[in-house]
This record gives sequence, C-alpha cells and structure tokens, in this order.
Amino acid sequence: MSPSGSTFQPTASEQRRRKQQSAAQSLLALTTAMLALPALGILSILIIRGFPGLSAEFFLEEPRNVMSAGGIFPALVGTVWLTAVALLVALPLGISAAIYLSEYAKDNWLTGLINIAIVNLAGVPSIVHALFGVGAFVLFLDFGVSVLAASCTLAVMTLPVIIVATRESLQALPQSFREACWSLGATRWQTIWRVVLPNSGSGILTGVILCVSRAVGETAPIMFTGAVLYLPVAPESVWDQTMALSLHLYNVSTQLPGIPEGLPFSVALTLIGVVLSMNAISIALRMKLRGRKKW
Amino acid sequence: MSDEAAKQHRLTAMEFDRRDRSWWTDMFAKALVFGGGVSAIVFIVGILVFIATQGLEFAANRLSWTEFFTSIAWRPNSQKPEYGALALIAGTVSTTAVAMVLVVPLSLGAAIYIGEFARGKKREWLKILIEMLAAVPSVVWGVIGLNVMGPFITDVFGVPSGLNLLNAGIILGMMAAPIMTTIAEDALKAVPDSYREAAEALGATKWQVVLRVVLPHARPGLSAAVLLGVGRAFGETIAVLMASGHAINVPKSLFDPIRSLTATIAAELGETAEGDDHYQALFVVGMLLFTITFFINMIANAIVRGTRRKKA
Repeated sequence: MSPSGSTFQPTASEQRRRKQQSAAQSLLALTTAMLALPALGILSILIIRGFPGLSAEFFLEEPRNVMSAGGIFPALVGTVWLTAVALLVALPLGISAAIYLSEYAKDNWLTGLINIAIVNLAGVPSIVHALFGVGAFVLFLDFGVSVLAASCTLAVMTLPVIIVATRESLQALPQSFREACWSLGATRWQTIWRVVLPNSGSGILTGVILCVSRAVGETAPIMFTGAVLYLPVAPESVWDQTMALSLHLYNVSTQLPGIPEGLPFSVALTLIGVVLSMNAISIALRMKLRGRKKW
Repeated sequence: MSDEAAKQHRLTAMEFDRRDRSWWTDMFAKALVFGGGVSAIVFIVGILVFIATQGLEFAANRLSWTEFFTSIAWRPNSQKPEYGALALIAGTVSTTAVAMVLVVPLSLGAAIYIGEFARGKKREWLKILIEMLAAVPSVVWGVIGLNVMGPFITDVFGVPSGLNLLNAGIILGMMAAPIMTTIAEDALKAVPDSYREAAEALGATKWQVVLRVVLPHARPGLSAAVLLGVGRAFGETIAVLMASGHAINVPKSLFDPIRSLTATIAAELGETAEGDDHYQALFVVGMLLFTITFFINMIANAIVRGTRRKKA
C-alpha cells in the first residue's frame, strides 16, 4: 500500500475493528431477538388458542358443570373488588409516603431505613406476602378469609410500586416551582397541595395504573386470604369471600379435571388483556406527558 | 421601659406568631405523610415478626434443624412426619441456576443493544416490549409452562413429562429477563456520555467504547441487575408450581421434575390447620425465603448505592 493512496483507504487494523464492530452489533441484536421473539411467539399462541372461547356469555355468565362450561363473571367482579379495595388502602399510604420522601425527608438514617424497607417490600416473594396476610390480616386483625384481608395483602405488596412511581414524578418537578410558592409566604403543605400535586397528577396516575395492573395479576397473595375456588355470586361487602380471575386461571389449569382444552387459554387471554391494556395506558400517558412538558 | 412600650412589644410578638390555621394544617399534614413514609418500615418489620412468630413455637421445640437442612424427606402428612427441606432447597436453587444460565447472557446482551446500539423508534419500541413482558402475570407464565412449553419439551426431547427442571427454568428465565434487562440498561445509562465521547474522539469504534469504557464502569450496576433477577427467580411461586412437575426430588438431569420452597407453601398451606406442626413448618420455610431474598436485595442495594456515592 503506497503512503499516498492510503489517505482514504482504511488500514488493515481499521478494517478489522470495523468487522468486529458490525459482528458485535449483529450478535447483540440477535440476543435481543432471542429474548423477545420466543416470548412474543408464546403470547401469540395464547391469543390463537384463547380467542375462540371469548364471547359475551363468557364474560357475563357464571361457571357451570364444575367450571368446565359457562363464563367467568363472578371472577371478573371479584377481581374488580379486590383491586379497588387494595387501591383504597395502598393509595393514601403510598402517596403520602412518596410526599414525605420527596418533600420532607432529610438525608438521614431514617430516610435510609425507609428506602431499604421499600426495596425489600418490592423484593419479598409473593408467597411470603401471602403468609404475612394470613398471619396479620386473616388471624391477628381477625378479618377472616375475606376481600378485605386479601386486598390488604395486595396493598402491602403493591405499595412500593406506588411509592417509587409517585416519588419519581414529584421529584421531576423543578425546585423553582416550589421556591416561587414559598416566596409568596405559602407553607410547605400549601405548596404541596396547590403546586406540587396538581403539576404531577398524571405522573402519579401512571403509578396508580401500574399498581392496578400488578394487583390484578397476582395469585399467591390472595390464595389463602380471600379468594376461593368457586362462588356463584359476587361479593356484597369487604367481609365476603370472592372468586378472582388469577386464581380461577390457576384452578382451571391445575386443580380440576375435565376442563376443555381452550378454557385456560381464554381465561389467560382475558387476564393478560386487562393487565397489558393497563400498562399500555400507563405507557401512552407517560409518553404524552414527556411530549408536553417543557420545563 | 414604659408600660406603653411593653404593650407595643407584646403586640409585635403576637403579630409574628404564625401559628394560624394554615400553620396547624401544615403540621398535621407533615405528621400524616410522615406516617405514610414510616408505614413501609412498619410493614417490612411486620412481615418479619408475623412470619417468625407463627412458626416460632414449632421451630424452637420440635423442629430438628439438622433434619431441615440435610434430609431430603419432606413428609409432613405421614404417621411420623419428617421435615427435611434439602430437596426443596435443591429444587429452588437448581431452577434459579438453570434460569440464570439461560437468560443472563441474553438479558445483558439485550441491555447493551437497547442502551448503546439501538436508536430512535426501534429503541422506544424495544423498551415498551420489555416493559410489557415484565407485566405478564406469573399465573399466565404458569399456564404457558403447563400447556405450551410442557408438550413442546415432551415432543422435542422425547421425555415422559415436559413438566420438569428445564421447563421451570425456561419460564423463570423469561420472567426474570425483562427485569434484568431494564436494570442493566439503567446501569449503562448511568455511565456519563463524556466517557463515551472521549473514547470516540480517540477513534474507537462503538463496540470498543462499549467493551473498554462503558462495561467496566457499569459493572457494579450490571451485577446488581443479575442479583435482582436471581431474587425474582428465587421467590417466584405460581409459575414454578405449575411448570416444575411438583415432585420432591434432588434433580440429576434437566428432565427431572422438581419442587421449590415457594411452591411447597402455595400447595400445602391450604390443607393445614392453623397452628399445627405442618402449618408452622411452612412458616419456617417462609422465614428462610424471607431471609435469603432480604440478603439478596440488601447486597444489590449496597452495590447500587456504592457506585452512586463514588460518582458523587
């Protein structure tokens, strides 16, 4: 290679590095595909085999013939009950915890302890939450096996989701907003109530939706605290037991004989439909928010 | 000072007393949100206390710890009940190990691809896809293990039952992968762009930047991501229960059915009576799970915090 001709010619080492670069990039793209494609494939099997079973009757009728026929209406209503009550418990606790951590807490040992507690609440296995629910809510507080006990268990489990999402959206608000309000003589709480919360409302909402999505899908925490195998009627108060979509799916898949082959897929499709549309709403909301905010 | 002046002085002091209604509201609100903040501590301590006390009497008086950790015989319902958890521990450890071997390289590779190579719309969609996969409920993964992966493994490998260690490992891996990918990508994002720019200015290719600059700096965050994935796989309950075959067994091959600690609690708690030995033994298993996941989370947390402090 002549020195003059090499000006725009990649050297051998450059060529090698470029080859390595493109090989590495293809390999990484391949690993991403290996992770995503089987999962997508399996989910599409779920849709293909579950979709024929969906109908108006499927959603609006109660199960018949030891669950092998009929619909999932009581389980749907039960899941709505469980999720709503769990939200009623988790929301005030979670949002106030996030307000404390974002607006009041100093960088001291107590704050560190709270953060450790949140990390661990999120990491404790769901079946351990179930044991806690049995010990604390069913037995100690004497709620019995009821919607209330199951929802409290779910609330403790989803608390970290709400706290983390809310804290993030509160901290995303520029400090100057708060300072402007303080300089007008407002108290800390007036600032939070009139400025901080209204400006982070949609951020908090995404956290709430994620929390709902999590509560809807959980099975282990409600198995022994409030959800049961079969009840033809929807619960009338928080002291009643209930069916739930997730536990129903577990039962028709493993516990009962003579279930038609497509039924678990239809129930799974319903459950995953609810959960994923919740997440889709939350993602869409977040994107819209990011597009709009200019501070 | 004259009387008149003293009176004047008192008035001013009262004017500066800001303890009006909004001050009291502020104090009240502060106490309220403080309560919310502390509730997280209350709950985690509550979990520890309630699980420990439910199993305490049996653990202190009748449980042989040597049997618990060294015997593979878990026979709570026989005439002479035995509570050896070794096979259950082996089940949990082996499924977690299989899951990690399968997906740690894939998750880290995907995180590097999404974080460093993918751009624009492709990157957005990949991130959404990962987030959606993380949201799939564990009971749905269980159904997939039972009804899709099970028959598939039976056909492909010609084994009598597709519900085994391999199945549970694959399902757990798919569940843990989105979490590991997300956290690993965050760790990559935390490496300052100026590091990349400096390396690129020296003529390094994208891959050299990743290999020589980004990865070494993100290593603690990446190990935290793997640890949290391990924690997730370790504590997963319903999916393992449905996909693993649920047989008490120390696995010798990938095609042996196994049973995990978590699945044992889920399957057996319903058939116990409150306070009897079997019930208490399940709480002891729960205590073991709590302790292990607690340490996994603490270590991961310490790694993440350690790097953050070093940067600041």
